[in-house]
Amino acid sequence: MSEQAKKIRLATAWLGGCSGCHMSFLDLDELLIELIERVDIVYGPLVDTKEFPEDVDICLVEGAVTNVENLELARTIRNNSSLVISFGDCAVTGNVTSMRNRIPVKDLLTAVYHEAQAPIGAESLKFLPALLKKALPLHQAIKVDIYLPGCPPAPERIATAVTALLDKQTVNLPPEMRTFG
Amino acid sequence: MSRTVTIEPVTRIEGHAKITIELDDSGKVADTRFHVTEFRGFEKFCVGRSFWEMPGITARVCGICPVSHLLASSKAGDAILGVRTPATAVALRRLMNHGQLVQSHALSFFLLSGPDLVLGMDADPAQRNMVGLIAANPDLVRRGVRLRAFGQQLIRSLGDRSIHPSWAVPGGVRKSLSDEQRDDIFKQLPEMYATVEIALDLMKDVLDKYSDELDAYGDFPSLFMGLVSAEGGLEHYDGKLRVIDSDGKILENGANPEDYQSLIGEAEKNWSYLKFPYYKPLGPEAGMYRVGPLARLNVCDFAGTPKADRELRQFRHYGGHGKPVSGSFYYHYARLIEILFSLERIEEILADEILIDHHIRSQAGVNQNIGIGVSEAPRGTLFHHYKVDDNGILENVNLIIATGQNNLAMNRTVKQLAERFLSGNKLDQGLLNRLEHGIRVYDPCLSCSTHAAGQLPLQVKLISAKGELLDQA
Repeated sequence: MSEQAKKIRLATAWLGGCSGCHMSFLDLDELLIELIERVDIVYGPLVDTKEFPEDVDICLVEGAVTNVENLELARTIRNNSSLVISFGDCAVTGNVTSMRNRIPVKDLLTAVYHEAQAPIGAESLKFLPALLKKALPLHQAIKVDIYLPGCPPAPERIATAVTALLDKQTVNLPPEMRTFG
Repeated sequence: MSRTVTIEPVTRIEGHAKITIELDDSGKVADTRFHVTEFRGFEKFCVGRSFWEMPGITARVCGICPVSHLLASSKAGDAILGVRTPATAVALRRLMNHGQLVQSHALSFFLLSGPDLVLGMDADPAQRNMVGLIAANPDLVRRGVRLRAFGQQLIRSLGDRSIHPSWAVPGGVRKSLSDEQRDDIFKQLPEMYATVEIALDLMKDVLDKYSDELDAYGDFPSLFMGLVSAEGGLEHYDGKLRVIDSDGKILENGANPEDYQSLIGEAEKNWSYLKFPYYKPLGPEAGMYRVGPLARLNVCDFAGTPKADRELRQFRHYGGHGKPVSGSFYYHYARLIEILFSLERIEEILADEILIDHHIRSQAGVNQNIGIGVSEAPRGTLFHHYKVDDNGILENVNLIIATGQNNLAMNRTVKQLAERFLSGNKLDQGLLNRLEHGIRVYDPCLSCSTHAAGQLPLQVKLISAKGELLDQA
């Protein structure tokens, strides 16, 4: 198959965050329909793939790394993807997701749950992923290639970055697209 | 030999979750669990911050319905200020809330559940998504995307951005709508009405197509809770709480949202970060209630706009004789009726002269130490409860999130589906997708519901009585 005929394999992942970055991705609106014609979306909240696939070209990762499942998925993403993008402020800095970091995990859980059956302790960890002591920005867990800040990044930013990558160009965001918040 | 099935992660939902099914020695379903695996801790880490920051921080609970948190938080702030919020600000807040209902419901119907409804529960998983739906029916997807975009544009027109706008504040809102923005939104309405009509026709075909199995998607007696207006009409911004039982009998009427703690208890399980709210007077078993579009249409006496009321009369036939509609599959239908209602309300508010007034914010300091704000989020009733000191510093925060209140019902739905469709030791694709669809009907927003607690892709594991992993998907 020729280079041009092979579609780019795009994945998106959602770690610890609010899905606002994915919603901003959907705010590409009709441009999204055009984008879908240019790429194969091989993994993400909108498709039914259960395992992160191999040979992914580009992966947009939303959210901070907050628990052991996030960490495991982040490592798989790194192993299986050519380009990893820190997608939005939680992935870039930890942002609101990391506001819990000043509080020990046990104190967080006991502040929220009060009953005998509370999801705290060894029995719960059979069913639920353990929280990391701190919610980490993505680059503290794996190597990141591109940073796309914003809470969430505006659709224009996403379009600028993704279009450049699809055209095999370097991503070079103008200064006004490099802001937080 | 008994065993457990796990579906992990559940996909095309807004969050991180998994499903486990335990089978007994004879291979019958013994128990099912819908686990929410994310924990975030807002209720704890917001303590010590100022209540003025809360609309901005709590919007980040959820990127799908940030406006619900913005409004509930600002309303809790209104109560702390203890002043009257200008009527124009209230109208503008309602306007943004309707924009959000449109975009969130459109996302659920067209992009998340649409692939199941149009392509079928047994469609190839590789095609059973938005891309496959574009191939099968590009016009439907384009219309759905434009309907969602319409709602997002309305939010952006008021708050400068569609996700996490810094706009509503304690005492009012920051900015009004320009005439150009108003006209631009207004002129798009005919297309949006047409899209909902097409979707309603599609919905009725779907109800026929799935008539043999739709009672498996969570059809059981339960209570329903939602806000209603002073006249008993459909309401999303203010009003009183109403609770009805499965016969349609009213258990609570005109309850003040501020008294939610006497109505709602919260149970916990060691296998989910999501709590299990129940109607307190009846206890954790009999007190199971549902919230969201289905509940709101069941508890209200009427919608209050002509098109939505016409559709609501048809909807009522699926309950019959004054009884509520009990099947959760009808959440899809209810969502479309609410889109119609919101479009009609948007049209009304845009034409209302109240928007001309420039007084959109009341200024005050801390006059009350407790503030409780409520709104109907797309997925159900949302409560923000703050306790502050005299400087406005938060001492206590409690959030009761819409999706969490459907936790008991979602678990019951998964069990009903497993009992109906699971046979043998193998997990077949059609079964798995039906289990996941049983969750999708609620359009759960797990990033939201796990504000304090967990996230949802769905995973399914099949586990034996001995605890061996038999199959997994």
